[in-house]
Amino acid sequence: MSQGSQLSTKHLLGIKYITREDIFTIFKAATDFKEVINRPIKKVPSLRDVTIVNLFFENSTRTRISFELAERRLTADVLNFTASSSSVSKGETLLDTVNNILAMKVDMVVMRHPAPGAHVFLANHIDANIINAGDGTHEHPTQALLDAFSMMEVIGNLEGKNILIVGDILHSRVALSNILCLKKLGANVTVCGPPTLIPKHIESLGVRVEYNILEALKWCDVANVLRIQLERQDIKYIPSLREYAMYYGVTRDLLDKVQKPIVIMHPGPINRGVEISSDAADSEHSIILDQVENGVAIRMAVLYLLAGKK
Amino acid sequence: MDAPRLIINKERFLLTIDRLCHELIENYGNFEDTCLIGIQDRGAILSDFIMERLKKLNKKVVPRYGKLDITFYRDDYRHREKPLKASSTTMDFLVEGKRVILVDDVLYSGRTVHAAMTAIQDFGRADQIAFLCLVDRRFNRHFPIRSDYTGIVVDTVDQTYVKVEWEHIHGQSQILLLNDKSLTV
Repeated sequence: MSQGSQLSTKHLLGIKYITREDIFTIFKAATDFKEVINRPIKKVPSLRDVTIVNLFFENSTRTRISFELAERRLTADVLNFTASSSSVSKGETLLDTVNNILAMKVDMVVMRHPAPGAHVFLANHIDANIINAGDGTHEHPTQALLDAFSMMEVIGNLEGKNILIVGDILHSRVALSNILCLKKLGANVTVCGPPTLIPKHIESLGVRVEYNILEALKWCDVANVLRIQLERQDIKYIPSLREYAMYYGVTRDLLDKVQKPIVIMHPGPINRGVEISSDAADSEHSIILDQVENGVAIRMAVLYLLAGKK
Repeated sequence: MDAPRLIINKERFLLTIDRLCHELIENYGNFEDTCLIGIQDRGAILSDFIMERLKKLNKKVVPRYGKLDITFYRDDYRHREKPLKASSTTMDFLVEGKRVILVDDVLYSGRTVHAAMTAIQDFGRADQIAFLCLVDRRFNRHFPIRSDYTGIVVDTVDQTYVKVEWEHIHGQSQILLLNDKSLTV
């Protein structure tokens, strides 16, 4: 595994913009930070002179908490901003909002925004380091990094391994970032879901499409199960959640039929009984809670490495 | 460019480390409630060697042993052109109520030891912290820090560099004085 001591980029706008070596550099630092967060005192003073603002223009619980925890464990000063309680609702533009915050001498911006590409726009206009915590249906790079890191902890090098992403691929930023990250790491990727929730031309990303969940599970070493994003569905893509659960839900029965151990992952929040049943989500092969722990370590690594970039 | 100057040759190198080990045995006896902690990377090479010698010299009665990486505790992280690469910390014990001996190869500005003392506090409240180094460059301190166990004291100007070489890594155990920092890598 080749890794350096610094990233090739000043921002983390998406997996698309980082190199394979960057990914390994982040993983190496995350391994070190995972040791830190398992100590009795889970804090290091690396970013004590850094101020970070968490700008969340979209709802988030676990990503915001995970970022905030990572920032505090690096001893950074943290500002939290949510769109609903801000001047955005009074008509202020994104650039004005951010420039006002930066005038208070903020060094890094962690942002979630509903518009794909909002981070690239911001990176072209301001000086601070920008980290994408989700931009609409486009990318969610830290989630992809923590997913790949969690997979590697269980099955080692991902080169040539078979990874399945099942669920609402069309609306999922996790799916796109995962595909880009896994391909950079040399894995074989298959996506599975109802035809209406698989984007057209997705094969151009180098992935295979499978519509039969049992066949897909038989093929894979790891299954990353995504939720149905009801909040993004402006038209009916599936007849009902019940029908989705019948045809694409990952259940214990299905896993038993596969007759080989498959690592089960889910980025959360889980809709139990829809995309995954409780007995599958809580099975011995599930690493869902490890993903949450690794999320903090990965975000500490990203913040630490970007803070060192001038 | 001047040629590297030999400060300590192989024979004296081994004698010096044995002397340091004997000083530790004299002061810590059976090493009860004592831990030896090497500062990554180069301090840990020295602490590995000291542990080996202590096993031979003190009939296998040795302190608890750990290696500490201080990268995340450095005060110059954002002042560097290129960030430092962290090494792993291997400490499977707490230092609460213990006597700690920190180990590094060269004591120069004192910033590494300062960072190590900050880091060690994250593993509990030690009863006492002592510091052992192979080379003490005494005229270049940035902090009021001194070593308790010293291999050799070297008086050098700021522009010179001290390099500790190991037989299993560099082919020869010796200490050199260099005028070119790139040769220390």
